[in-house]
Amino acid sequence: MPAMTMTEKILAKHADKASVTPGDNIWVDADILMTHDVCGPGTIGVFKQHFGNDAKVWDREKVVIVPDHYIFTQDKMANRNVDVLRQFVAEQKLPYYYDVGTDKYKGVCHIALPEEGHTRPGEVLFGTDSHTCTAGAFGEFATGIGNTDAGFVMGTGKLWVKVPPTMRFVFHGELPSYLMAKDLILAVIGDIGCDGATYKAMEFDGDGVFALNIEERMTLCNMVIEAGGKNGVIAPDKLTLDYVNARNKSKKPYQVVTTDAGAKFCFEKVYDVRKLEPIIAKPHSPDNKATVSEVKGTKLDRAYIGSCTGGKMTDFRAAARILKGRSVKIDTFVVPATSEIAAGLKCESINGQTLEQIFLSAGAKIGEPSCAACLGGPSDTFGRLNAPISCISTTNRNFPGRMGHKEAKVFLASPLTVAASALTGAISDPRDCLQ
Amino acid sequence: MQTTITGRAYVLGDNVDTDQIIPAQYLTYNPAIPAEYKMFGKYALSSVPPAQAGLPKGHVLFHTKDEFVSDYQIIVAGKNFGCGSSREHAPIALDAAGIKCVIAEFYARIFFRNSVNGGYIIPFETADRLCEQICTGDELTVDVESGTLTNVTTKESWKLKPLGEVAPIIDAGGIFAYAKKVGMLKV
Repeated sequence: MPAMTMTEKILAKHADKASVTPGDNIWVDADILMTHDVCGPGTIGVFKQHFGNDAKVWDREKVVIVPDHYIFTQDKMANRNVDVLRQFVAEQKLPYYYDVGTDKYKGVCHIALPEEGHTRPGEVLFGTDSHTCTAGAFGEFATGIGNTDAGFVMGTGKLWVKVPPTMRFVFHGELPSYLMAKDLILAVIGDIGCDGATYKAMEFDGDGVFALNIEERMTLCNMVIEAGGKNGVIAPDKLTLDYVNARNKSKKPYQVVTTDAGAKFCFEKVYDVRKLEPIIAKPHSPDNKATVSEVKGTKLDRAYIGSCTGGKMTDFRAAARILKGRSVKIDTFVVPATSEIAAGLKCESINGQTLEQIFLSAGAKIGEPSCAACLGGPSDTFGRLNAPISCISTTNRNFPGRMGHKEAKVFLASPLTVAASALTGAISDPRDCLQ
Repeated sequence: MQTTITGRAYVLGDNVDTDQIIPAQYLTYNPAIPAEYKMFGKYALSSVPPAQAGLPKGHVLFHTKDEFVSDYQIIVAGKNFGCGSSREHAPIALDAAGIKCVIAEFYARIFFRNSVNGGYIIPFETADRLCEQICTGDELTVDVESGTLTNVTTKESWKLKPLGEVAPIIDAGGIFAYAKKVGMLKV
């Protein structure tokens, strides 16, 4: 059998084939289908149109629905969309629904999925959101799809997939205290461009990757879509398995899949993380790379720390290290990705002060867990850019209009750089204020 | 599949992402409801920066005569059209605005899939940098079968890339029709 990358092996196994080659078109079995309030109603519409009003989903245990995008809003249509999900879940008796206003509410789907035990090595995850690729951090094939594809999966459990060639990114060395996974992935996107991985898998490897905690690995995989990647993937190690086993409530068995020795990569790039600097993506594209030192002093109006990319415990711990005992100079918004992370902000502390106390006493505002202003949303969304202002953000995209106003300027950076900049009101280097 | 597509060109640049095609605030409409599907046409391309809207001059409105349907029927763009989010609302918005096909150098993967699998618009690829050769408002004709694009206004013509492996899905009208045709789906 030819040597294959882990992406190829997972896809081959799910297509019941001994091997696959990049470019092959295959029908793949899904292990999990995830949808949310923005794409769920359309997906349900497609499903009912093609399979009938009374049709049942292919497997109730494999459909996960996470309302997360437009939650804390007065917008009637947005609230109506959550009702559409609620009704469908009731009709179908779906066990995995994390409803708004209940103890089960989670927040951002990509973080909710692993927290609730829906991500396992070797599996295939399809989700109606481009950042579904985040789950590649658990050693699975995870990719974003549209409503039609999701409606098809909902009824059949299968999807037509073209096997992508794999690009390999190797990181060596221990990450310096002023860098985070966000800097690494912004460096990669800047180097290969926002179309550099179009139709391709991106595999991350090297001691620099395996030294990262699971949340930081999620940040790496999360932004592969910003380079056009189909999926991002990291081989599971003990850290991955410990996390997955602690969360895998259904005890569903899984099989660890790793890349064969001698597997073919279509591209390879090696980084020494000790030589990298804090990176920023300037407006209006995630590949518009600069080092923080090149743009230091650029005036800002707002700082935003949140989203699937930059709203996890590791992100808030980093920001708190900088903000502790200091005051922000510009409006600073803190949005935990999930309710579990929101609870974490209240109980984890640094020298006797909780992260929540650190943020509030620095003058930041803390919002409810959800996608919030990462993608703009309805005009009353927490932190949304309703005017043409400049914002530095831990989120993932800065295309025109992404966070609200189409003339607003968004700079993407790590939580350390965003916190350092919040203190001065201008782009600042975390190396100048780490304490 | 339509054999010939004719219409006026609306020209855009590189990396037109899904937020520019349909801004996130309008994703509250449900495309499964026909009256709401129509609304996506109204807001199609509403976040394209004005200087990039309708090249080469820019500042060209996408709609003037009808609130929901564009004055243009064919989009011509550069590289990486439809990058960003997975929202199927993007090809839906173009379809609702009356766009028949897009001609770009290449597409972001999910946008391409959504366009083909949903049967909304034909995503043609071109080896030529047509976004710098065709002007907004030019009358175009695409012969789908032969993949020939003709600029009726300037009398130029180009060969587009073959649709290749997605041609049977486009021909069937989308993934459901295709899956039924090949015996994958029996409903």
